[in-house]
Amino acid sequence: MLDFPRWKTIGISIILLLGILFSIPSFVPEKTFNSLPSIAQTKVNLGLDLAGGSHLLLEADIADLRKTQLANMEKTVRAAMRGERGPDDDIGIGELRVASNQISFLVRDQTQLDEARDRLFNETQGAGLTGQRDWNINIVDVTRIVLTPTNAGQTQAIAHAMDTARDIIDRRVNALGTREPTIIRQGNDRIVVQVPGLQDPAALKELIGKTARLEFRMVDANADPNEAAAGRVPVGSEIVPYAEGEGNGAAFEVLRRQVMISGEQLIDAKQSYDPQSNQPVVSIRFDSGGSNTFAKVTAQSVGKRFAMVLDGKVLSAPSINEPILGGSAQISGSFSVASANALAISLRSGALPVKMAVVEERTVTPELGADSIRKGAIAGIIATISVLTLMLVVYGRFGVYACIGLVFNVFLIIAIMAAFNATLTLPGIAGFVLTIGAAVDANVLINERIREELARGRKVFQAVELGYSEASRAIFDANVTNVIAASLMFWFGSGPIKGFAVVLTIGIVTSVFTAVTVTRMFVAHWLRTKRPTSINI
Amino acid sequence: MRLLKLVPDNTNIDFLRWRKLASFMSFFLVAVSIALVAVKGLNFGVDFVGGQSVRVEFTQEMPPIDEIREKVGHIGLGEATIQQFGSDKAVSIRTALPEGDKTVAERAGQQLVAGIQKAFPTAKTGSVETVSGKVSEELIRTGALSLGLAIIGISIYIWIRFEWQFGVGALGRLFHEVSLTFGLFAVTQMQFDLNSVAALLTIVGYSLNDTIVVYDRIRENLKKYRKMEIIPLLNLSINETLSRTVMTTVAMVLALGMLLIFGPDVIFGFTAAMLFGVFIGGYSSVLMSTPVLVWLKVGPGSFVPRTSAGIEGGERIERKDDGAVV
Repeated sequence: MLDFPRWKTIGISIILLLGILFSIPSFVPEKTFNSLPSIAQTKVNLGLDLAGGSHLLLEADIADLRKTQLANMEKTVRAAMRGERGPDDDIGIGELRVASNQISFLVRDQTQLDEARDRLFNETQGAGLTGQRDWNINIVDVTRIVLTPTNAGQTQAIAHAMDTARDIIDRRVNALGTREPTIIRQGNDRIVVQVPGLQDPAALKELIGKTARLEFRMVDANADPNEAAAGRVPVGSEIVPYAEGEGNGAAFEVLRRQVMISGEQLIDAKQSYDPQSNQPVVSIRFDSGGSNTFAKVTAQSVGKRFAMVLDGKVLSAPSINEPILGGSAQISGSFSVASANALAISLRSGALPVKMAVVEERTVTPELGADSIRKGAIAGIIATISVLTLMLVVYGRFGVYACIGLVFNVFLIIAIMAAFNATLTLPGIAGFVLTIGAAVDANVLINERIREELARGRKVFQAVELGYSEASRAIFDANVTNVIAASLMFWFGSGPIKGFAVVLTIGIVTSVFTAVTVTRMFVAHWLRTKRPTSINI
Repeated sequence: MRLLKLVPDNTNIDFLRWRKLASFMSFFLVAVSIALVAVKGLNFGVDFVGGQSVRVEFTQEMPPIDEIREKVGHIGLGEATIQQFGSDKAVSIRTALPEGDKTVAERAGQQLVAGIQKAFPTAKTGSVETVSGKVSEELIRTGALSLGLAIIGISIYIWIRFEWQFGVGALGRLFHEVSLTFGLFAVTQMQFDLNSVAALLTIVGYSLNDTIVVYDRIRENLKKYRKMEIIPLLNLSINETLSRTVMTTVAMVLALGMLLIFGPDVIFGFTAAMLFGVFIGGYSSVLMSTPVLVWLKVGPGSFVPRTSAGIEGGERIERKDDGAVV
C-alpha cells in the first residue's frame, strides 16, 4: 500500500489531466467552442430528446421497387427486339406478359430465337460473387422466352437503390439548410434521418417522402370522355388521376403512355412566381437533350395539351400555345411558397429510385429539450452533492478521497464521450446517475472492509491494504455483470436503450478506475507522508 | 469528528430465522405480480404497440381530462389514452395505430397534432412520436431479447465464477426482481416503453451487484470457517455486509430520489422503476437470495481451499490467488 510507484502516480495524473482537458469543451458556450482550435473541438453530442429535433425512420417499398424493375425490363425487352438497324432488324414478338415475378413472350420466327436470347443476354449483368446474372433467361415450349430476376440481382438492385436514395435524401435535407443532419442506411431497406433543432417535422417529411418522379406526357385527344369514365381508353394510353386540389373539377386525364421528357433531364429547378397571376410556381430547365425533345414535340403539337405528372398524379395539363424553345418551363399548381420550394428541392435532387414511407417518427421541440437538459443538470448536481455529503459524513477523510474520485469520474465520463463523439440522451443521464451509484458502491465496499479489518484489530497499513485487495474482487465481479448487461443492451437494444448502454459501459470502466485506483493513490500518499497510527473511518 | 454509522458495529441479526416467511412473501409477491400483468396488463407505449403519442402542454388552466378525451375522440383516430405527465399542466395523448398500409402511420401523426392544435389553440405540442406496427413489433422483440439475454448471460457468469448453486440463486433473484417490477408497471399502469426496458435492465444489473457482494462474502467465509453450520455462516455473511448494503442503498435512493423530484418529467417513470428496483434489491440481498443456498445445500465442501485446512476462529488463511474455484 505504501509503495505506490512513481510511474503509476504520473500515469494516473496524466489520465486525470486529459480527462479534465477533454471534458472542458463540453461545458463552454457554443461561441467559445467554435473559436477553439479544431483538435479541441470535441464535445458530447446531445441526443434529439435533449436538444430537440426530429428522428425519422424511412422504409423502402420493396414490392414497388420490384414492380418498377419488371416494368423497366419490359421496356428493355421491347427496345432490344426492335433492333438497332431499322425495321429489317426487328424480331417479331407476341404475347408479352408481365407477371409478379417474371416476364415472358413468344418469338414469332423460331430461327430468331437464339438471336433474341443473345440480345437479352447483353442487357443483363453479373450480380454478386457467384457469377450469377441479375436475370435468368430461359426458353420454354420451344418459342417462349421467360425472364426471371435472380435473388442476387434483386439484392443488388435493392442495395443500389438504397444507396441512391440515401444520397438523394441527403441532398434534399441539406438543401433545407439545417445544421448537421445525420442520414444513414440501416439494415436492408431502411434509412434513418436525424435533424437536430428542427421546428417543422411535417415539412421535412413532405420533402423527403416525395419520390419526385416528374414526367411530361401528351394528353390523348382521341379519348372519348364517356368511355374513359367507364375505364375504357385507347391502346397506348392510360387514365392518370389529378393530384389533390388540382384539375378544376376534373378527376383525371387520359394520357399517352409514352413519356415525352422525364425529371432525369432536368438541370435546375427553383421556386419562383408566375408573372401573370403572381402565384408561386416551380421553374425548371432541361438539359440540351431535353430541350431539343421539348422543342420538337411542342412544335408538332401546337393547340394540343400536355400534362405534367408528378409521382403518378397530374399537376396540370395546359395547352401548347406556341413551341416551347430554350428548354425552360413552369410547373404550376396550387402551391404555397413553401411547397413550391420543397418541390423544387425534390426535383433538383432527383427522383427517389424507390418509394419511401415514414415508419417511425420522434420529434421533440427545442423548448422541451432545453427544459429537459436544465432539469437533468440540476437533478444531477443535487444528486451528486447529496451523495458526496453522505460519503463525507460516513467516512470522513476516506469520504473526501471518495468524493475526489467521484468528481474525476464525472470528468472522465464526459471526456471519453466527447473523444468518441458519443451522444448523450435522456436515459443516458439516468445511466450517469447509476454509474455514480456504482462508484459509490465501490468506495463503500473498500471503506467498510477497512473498518472491518480495523475492528479485527489490524494495524492501520495492513487494514487499508486488505480493505483494497479484498474489496477489489467483489467490485470486479459486480462490475463485470454490469458490463455484460450493458453490452447486451448495446447489441440488441435500439434507440434509448443503446444510448443508456453507452453511458453505462463508459461509466463502469471509469468508476472502477476512479473509485479503486485514484482513491488508492491519494490514500497511499497520505499514509506515506503522515504515517498515522490510527484512522477515523 | 465523529463519523456517522448507519449500521452499528457488530450487528448480529438472525436474518435466516425469517427465511420461510421471506420466501413465502417473495413467492406471493411474484404470483401477485404475474396475476396483475395477466389481468390488468401493461400500459404499453407507442414503442411497443404502434400508434402515435403527443405530449401536450397547456399554457393556461388545463381542461378536465374528460373534456380532452372527448375532443380528441372527435379527431377520428378512435379512443385516446390520456395520461398526466409530471407537471400538472402536461398530458400525453396516445391513440392507436389506424388500419392501412405503411403510410397511414405518417398521416395519423400529423392528423393528431393538427386536431389537438385545433381543439386547444393555446396548448403547445412538445413532442410527437409515431411508430408503425412493424417497427413496434421489432422494438418489442429486441427489447425482450436484450432483457432475456442479459439475465442468462449474467447467470452463466456467476455460475462460472462461483458454483452452480450461486448461479441458480442469482437466476431466481433476477426472476423475482423482474417479475415484481413488471407487477409495479401493471398496478400503477405507468407507461411501459423502451425506457422502461432500460430501467429493467438496470435493475437486473444493480441487483446482481448486491448478490455478488453477499455471495462473495459467503464464499470467503465458507473457506475461512470450514466447520461452521451453514445457517449461522449465512447470517454472519449477511451481517458483515449489512452496513455496505444499507450505505449503498441509501446512496442510490438519494441519487434516484433527486432525479425523481428535480429531474425532467420525461424520465419520471424510468427513475421511479429504478428506485423501486433499488428497494427490492435491498430486501432481496438480505432476505431473499440466501435461503436458496440452504435448499441447494451449499456447504464448506463447495469451496475447498488449496492451502492447508482452515482453522476455526478469527485466524485468516493467507491466500495469494483470488480464491475462486473454477
